[in-house]
This record gives sequence, structure tokens and C-alpha cells, in this order.
Amino acid sequence: MRWRNIWRKLVNYVMFSLTGVCALITVGVLFFILGYLIWHGGSSLSWTFLTHLPTPVGETGGGMANAIVGSAKLLLLASVFGIPIGFLGGVYLAEFGGQAFSSVVRYTADLLNGVPSIVMGIFAFTIVVLPMKHFSTLAGSLALGVMMIPIAVRSTEEALRTVPMMLREGALALGASKWKTIATVAVPAARKGIITGIVLDIARVAGETAPLLFTAFSNRFWSPGWNQPTASLPVMVYTYAISPYDDWHRQAWAAGLVLLTLVLVANVIARVTISGRTAHL
Amino acid sequence: MPFVYGTLVTSALALLIAVPTGVGAAIFLSELAPPRISNAMTFVIELLAAVPSVIYGLLGIFIMVPFLRQYGEPFLKRTLGFLPLFQGPAYGVGMLAGGLVLAVMVVPFIISVSRDVLMAVPVEQREAALALGATKWESTWQVVVPYARIGIMASIFLSLARALGETMAVTMVVGGTPAISASLFAPGYSIAAVIADQFAEATGDLYIQTLIELGLVLFALTIVINGLARVFIISTTKKGSGH
Repeated sequence: MRWRNIWRKLVNYVMFSLTGVCALITVGVLFFILGYLIWHGGSSLSWTFLTHLPTPVGETGGGMANAIVGSAKLLLLASVFGIPIGFLGGVYLAEFGGQAFSSVVRYTADLLNGVPSIVMGIFAFTIVVLPMKHFSTLAGSLALGVMMIPIAVRSTEEALRTVPMMLREGALALGASKWKTIATVAVPAARKGIITGIVLDIARVAGETAPLLFTAFSNRFWSPGWNQPTASLPVMVYTYAISPYDDWHRQAWAAGLVLLTLVLVANVIARVTISGRTAHL
Repeated sequence: MPFVYGTLVTSALALLIAVPTGVGAAIFLSELAPPRISNAMTFVIELLAAVPSVIYGLLGIFIMVPFLRQYGEPFLKRTLGFLPLFQGPAYGVGMLAGGLVLAVMVVPFIISVSRDVLMAVPVEQREAALALGATKWESTWQVVVPYARIGIMASIFLSLARALGETMAVTMVVGGTPAISASLFAPGYSIAAVIADQFAEATGDLYIQTLIELGLVLFALTIVINGLARVFIISTTKKGSGH
């Protein structure tokens, strides 16, 4: 009996230490990624890198200013597509929707969120690139915009649900219409949560590569307007990383560092402002 | 077919590595770690989930692949070389590399969902087990985990769907050879990788249609798996006290 108890205690300690090791390994991965990117990418990162166009193959130097601007344009247009739909959808779910229909919408939004990003790329390809016969910023933005909808819907809904019912009742009791109540009381009260959700949403699609490969494609020069193929940071990281040139590899590290920094900074800021509420999935 | 095979093998390999690690870490975070440490670690793990996949691919191609080629695969060959899984030349790129990158990528998802469902298990369940004289581990393993079983299954399904659809990181390390091979060292292909690799340069209607159909297969697969996972999640969170 005594030996059995010692054995049970031993199992207790060993198993819990193992779970601790699992957790430490996982957390360690992030610091490893960050450290390695800074170590490798930091040295190639310079002012030229951020402000110059890529040089022709074989020449060292040059940068990816066009990719940075391209990414910004893609995200801007994607936000124009995705955020209004997602935001209004979230308002509907939280303020109007009936039980049955809301759960169907919620379920569908979750499914849409789980659709592989490359499938979104194919979707945008078939409805924009095929009829127009060429790759464009527009197509890339559409793919990213559709990907933004489900998260925008869910985060807006969650934020609105945290607003106490009493605030709405107060406004209604003062004679405000339902629409006025939502626009002037509920949404401003949930403002912080909604904006945070949208920032996280943008940060997520900012790193997406797969849907851009055959919608926005790539471009070694500036891309005027919205109707031309454009470069973007994630696609640059990809094409440079699988290229055979050493100088391109260095630039891939630097671009990766820029991308990761942007995404992580957006995430940290957003998550710190909603600390306490975890916005996973 | 080689594409479906490659997709299944890399995803299975990823889950094989990621599930024990992820569930272990989730148990640590929900049962053992003090709240402050647990929250800090969860924060870091959520950041990990936000790292773009092309970054994982970048690290995969420049760090993991050379490492596997030089040390990992020769080592596996020496120790487990009698299995058909670990034979053949060590290229570095291949199914093994694809599976490993995927494993690293899905662990955060398993942890974050599993932790939530473990936290939703009522405290009374733990107290009852402890009161009967169970050690902490026994109460966790025989009471809490079975209680949260369905939710943990759901987290595994969600990450399976992610692993199946994950494109960039796999494309960069899997090797790009449409062949079925018993060895994990052999380069392969996955559905998502073949689409990413060949779509932009596909010429001719038939070629494009084939790739789009592969996309449809992928889409259907992930929708079914995700749908099941969501049903599981809804049923557990209703049962538990959380949310």
C-alpha cells in the first residue's frame, strides 16, 4: 500500500512536469522565431530596403518599397469590402436576430472562417481574374475581404453583447428609436471591443499569402491604380525564400521580419486593450 | 491521388506530434499553472497563432530542412531504419518536414481550445475526485479530461481542418513531387501546395479546371471537419459552466 502511494505521487509529479515541458516548448517556439528573424533579418534591414524598388536579378541591394505599399493598398481595399459587411452583420446578430436564424448565421460564419485561404484565392480568381483576364489588386483585395467578414461579424457581436441591457433600456425609455439606440448608445459603448476586433482581423489577413498568389500575383515595379498586378510583403517573402539567390534569401528574412513585427505589434496592442477577454479563433 | 495522399500523410503526422504536446500544455495551463503564469503563457500562445504561415515556411525552409538533412533524418535512419517509413535518401524537404511545420502551426489552436474546455469543467468535479483521495494527476486524467473529452476532440478536428488547408508553409518544405512513397523522407505534394505552386502558371482550361476541382475537394473536406468540430464545441460549452 505504501509503495503504491509513492508510485501514485511519482506519476503525479512526472506527468505534471511533462505537461509543463509541453507548455514551455510551445512558448519557446515564439521566442525562437522572433529571435531568429531579428538575428537574420535585422542585418539586411535598412532604409534602402524600405524605400527602394527591387533590383534586377543578380544585382545586390534594392528593397521592397513596392511590396509594402502594395500590401497597404490590398489591406485598405479589403477592409472596404469586408469590414462594413462584417460590422453590420455583427450588429444584426447582437441587436436584432431571432434565435434560430442567428445561430445559423453564427455557424456559417464559423465555417467560413475555417475555409482554407487558398480556396478563397480560387474563389476570387474565378469571379474577378477570369472575366477580367488579368491579375489585379482588386482580385487580391476581394479574397482578403471575404476572409475578413467572419471575424468582423463575431468580434462585433461579442463586443455588443458585453454592453449592459440597461443602457439600451435607458435610451429606449427616453423615447429613442431602436436604430438611434444602437447607433448612439450601444455601438459607442462597445467601440473599444469593435475596433480591437477589426485590428486583429486586419492583422490576420495581412499575413495571408496563399490567396494572393494567383489574384494579386506579384510585380517588380510600382503598381498604379487598382487594376494592375501588385507585389505584397507575404508573397515577396515566399518568392524570395524559394529563389536560388543568396541576396534574395537575405531580403526574404528582412521582409519576414517587417511582416512579423507589424502583425505582432498590432496583436499585442489589440490584446492588451482587451486584456481579460480572449479573442481566440 | 498523390496529392490526397500527401495531404493526409502530412496532416496525420502533424496531429501525431501536435496532439500530445497541445493537450499536455493545455492541462498544464488550466490545472497546474498559477493564474498569472497561465494567462501570460496563453497570451504568448495566441500571438503564436497569429504568426503568418509564410513565416513558418521561411523558418522551415532555412532552419528545419537543413537540420533534418544533416542530423534529423540520418539519426532516424540509424535508429528506426528497419521501418519502411524511415528509409531512402535524406533530402531534408519532404513529408516529414511538411508534417513537422504543420505540427508547430496547429499546436496553438489545440492549446487554446482545449484550455477553454478544460477550464469549463466545474470545480466540483475536481473537488469530488480529490476528496476521494485521488492525487491531482488522477483527478485530472480520470475525471477532468474525460469530462472535457468532446471539446478536446473538437480542438483536434479544428486543427486537422487547418492542417489540411494550410498552404504556404507546406508548399515551401514539402518538396513538390507528385508521387506516393512509403518513406516520410520522400518529397511529396499536398492538395493546397499543388494549387499554390501551379495555379498562376496554369495554361489551358482543362489545367485550370483540374486545379479548381482540387480546391473543391479541399473545401468540402474542411467544411465537413469544421462542421463536426463546431457541433462538438457547441454541445460541450452548453454542458459546462463556462461561456
